[in-house]
Amino acid sequence: MLGFLLKRLGAGVVLVWVTATATFFLTNATGSDPARRIVGPQADAATVLAKRQELGLDRPVLERYWDWLTSAVHGDLGVSWFTNQPVGGTVADALPISLSLVVAAIVLTALVSVVIGVVAAVRGGWVDSALQGASILAFAVPNFLVGLLLALVFAVQLGLFPAIGYTPFAQDPGLWAASITLPAVALAIGATATVATQTRGSMIDVLGQDYVRTLRSRGLPTRSILLKHALRNAAPASLTVLSLQFIALISGAVVIEKVFGLNGIGERATSAASTGDVPVVLGVVVLTVVLVVVVNLLADLALGWLNPKVRTA
Amino acid sequence: MSLLSDGGPAAAAAPSSSVAPTAVPPRAGVARRFLRKPVAVASVAWLLLVAVLAAAAPLLTSASPTASSITNALAPFGGDSPLGTDGLGRDVLAQLLYGARTSLVGALIVVAVALVLGLPAGVLAGYYRGRFDAAASWVANLVMAQPAIIILLVVLAQFGRSTELAMLVFGVVIAPGVFRLVRASIIAVRGELYVDAARVAGLSDPRIMRRHVLPVVVAPTIIQMSQVLGIAIVLQAGLEFIGLGSANQASWGGMLNDAFAKIYAAPNLLLLPGLAIVVTVTACSLVGNGLRDVLGVGATPPVRRRSAVRAVGPVVEDGRPSSGTAPAPDDALLRVEGLRVAYPEPDGGEGEVVHGVSLTIRRGEVHGLVGESGSGKSQTAFAVLGLLPPQAHTSATTLTFDGGDLRGISRRGMNQLRGRRIGYIPQEPMSNLDPSFRIGSQLTEPMRHHLGLSKAEAKAKAIQLLDRVGIVDPARVFDSYPHQISGGMAQRVLIAGALSCDPDLLIADEPTTALDVTVQAEVLDLVRDLQAERDLGVLLVTHDFGVVADLCDTVTVMRAGEVVESAAAAQLFADPQHEYTRSLLAATLEGGPARAALTTPAGGTR
Repeated sequence: MLGFLLKRLGAGVVLVWVTATATFFLTNATGSDPARRIVGPQADAATVLAKRQELGLDRPVLERYWDWLTSAVHGDLGVSWFTNQPVGGTVADALPISLSLVVAAIVLTALVSVVIGVVAAVRGGWVDSALQGASILAFAVPNFLVGLLLALVFAVQLGLFPAIGYTPFAQDPGLWAASITLPAVALAIGATATVATQTRGSMIDVLGQDYVRTLRSRGLPTRSILLKHALRNAAPASLTVLSLQFIALISGAVVIEKVFGLNGIGERATSAASTGDVPVVLGVVVLTVVLVVVVNLLADLALGWLNPKVRTA
Repeated sequence: MSLLSDGGPAAAAAPSSSVAPTAVPPRAGVARRFLRKPVAVASVAWLLLVAVLAAAAPLLTSASPTASSITNALAPFGGDSPLGTDGLGRDVLAQLLYGARTSLVGALIVVAVALVLGLPAGVLAGYYRGRFDAAASWVANLVMAQPAIIILLVVLAQFGRSTELAMLVFGVVIAPGVFRLVRASIIAVRGELYVDAARVAGLSDPRIMRRHVLPVVVAPTIIQMSQVLGIAIVLQAGLEFIGLGSANQASWGGMLNDAFAKIYAAPNLLLLPGLAIVVTVTACSLVGNGLRDVLGVGATPPVRRRSAVRAVGPVVEDGRPSSGTAPAPDDALLRVEGLRVAYPEPDGGEGEVVHGVSLTIRRGEVHGLVGESGSGKSQTAFAVLGLLPPQAHTSATTLTFDGGDLRGISRRGMNQLRGRRIGYIPQEPMSNLDPSFRIGSQLTEPMRHHLGLSKAEAKAKAIQLLDRVGIVDPARVFDSYPHQISGGMAQRVLIAGALSCDPDLLIADEPTTALDVTVQAEVLDLVRDLQAERDLGVLLVTHDFGVVADLCDTVTVMRAGEVVESAAAAQLFADPQHEYTRSLLAATLEGGPARAALTTPAGGTR
């Protein structure tokens, strides 16, 4: 188990490094002159040159890469080209917002999809048909559109939730929950359809296994067979899909944040991308990949815990 | 689900890739069957309509989709602009039509790039494996671990806002999904015997690929592409919505962006572009689903009835006069008369696999139920236990256990008998233990449930039982997982499980078939000893007359779902009445070609 985790951790570190390196060279060795972009088309050549020297862009790219990498390993992601704020701080400020959103969405997804998936697999009938229909619809409706509709109905019409803005948890847990409920629901709907469909499929597989028949032959109550034995064996497949959905949720959050006026990672990334603020873009990339690696490790841990063959290896 | 490069195609690919098709139906039949699906046909029609409207946009409206006019903002329906204007005075109809162009062109770019990259790589990796496979899989996993939109943001930051560029990159991002699906389909077919045969026959690799391998990739890939189209349209709309689409180009996502800015003044602006996206993407999915149904690839079919654990339809009363004429002794533990089992068939009728079987087992009697595979003997055993699949229809004129009627018994009532008073030993030991739980927990759970034992009492009893069934280190096995013990040990564990609540009747379904010959004898000895020790009634399902001779007091011989002969074991061996019994006996005793000698129509395969 430990060896397995160390291997996965190593793969994660490689993933972060490769991604960061590829992004660095893509953003530093291609495209138009960033110094010109920053100072504007009207500026004269001397200004551009001064800016270039100020940003260190006159140095060879490999040298810049090495500097960036060594600083990054020590936790320093450089400063924004436009605001001169440290990238680490900028990104770290935005992180709790996006993380609240994505974690709430993933918890919601996990709970709801287990219930729907199990019921659809066990009862069949209309629940199953409804799940099939809903998953097609959930696939087709962009989550930002869902967010807009939720905001219109529950925030604007009914006034149950704030339409925009974020309240930190430390400031007021109640308002925090209210501020992330609608965006988290909007994010979770699509993921729920996917995970519930997977849960349904693996539950049907497991319920067809010999050992389920043997458990039934022992006269155990249906509840125990379904919720203890079958669900436990169906869980790894669902968990794998759930961890993939986490990546999709990060993508989704970038767009949802705009709908609900949340100044999260997505908002930072979008504005940095439209201005061409390379250090911030790089910082966001590194942070999201680290997040993905952490979540994958957690998923591996959970899978190991669920699967005795991995645990006892 | 929307902006998911990763969850989407991966999730879509997962079910189909695990069940790679091994044959592709003829094309003509496929087209005809597809045309019989109204939903799929309507979806194709919608996509074609969108394509035609997009292509003919300049003919359908003279308005420019990007010309804004502050004086004409938020104009209502009718007039110069049939569908009104948006917050900047742009014509909504023109935006919808030209936006369809942007969406479709973008989605096609994604599909083209994903196919160009994913398909050949998947074919090569799946067919040749080796280093190329390792490298390509590594890259695929790397790309799949990145949130799509972050990659797009990086590229757009670097090269400027462009929807076409974004879609090109998204094609790269989604290509690993194609790669994985193609690779998995090919690996599945590559192991098939006919591919090996083609190779042995000396066919060249390109020829094997063209004739035998590529056809299996086509169906799942087309289905996946219909989904990728939808995903691309949704993702593109998301990018445009956050303002990263091409400037000065009409798009559905851009329309939603504008509608969002005017959400209080004119929420109705959301409606048309929103509907356009939702209906078009739904159509893509439905086309994919239609193709999946027609081509028979992947996806678990809908669950029509309450399934598996929930319930077998109870055994119903059968009013027909009992065919069993044997006198029913009063001390019968299990009495079955006129048992019938039928399954629904695709044509709507029912196929009966057990035709009125009768048998009786007294306390302390070992009753052999003998027959070939498909003779209905296991079906009979499972019908008694109430463990047939839910779609089975079971009826009987008599079905009693210890005097109590089992027909129409509630699930609760049956659960009080199963495990507690009727024990079951399965055929295949390794697949009959839950792989996720320790053996101890699987043994103690029924004891704690039925007998109300404490955890410690149940553990003590389980260890005692494990010791009794001949397990050398019971404490260690108690703490082991099923994958940590051998098949013979697993069968002993299952026997211990069947006996754990001291049942009166044991139903054993070919308990030794899956075991090594040496272990078989030991397990049979064990069953015999336990039977004698506890005065158990046993229903022993087997195809082996050696086992019958060894253990059984009475025997019922079945063929094609019917009882052909029923007698005391000694009598049956000495003087078989039925021709079929004689041929079975001859085959067993002389070690002759048993199956070849028999020309029995199999009654069923279950």
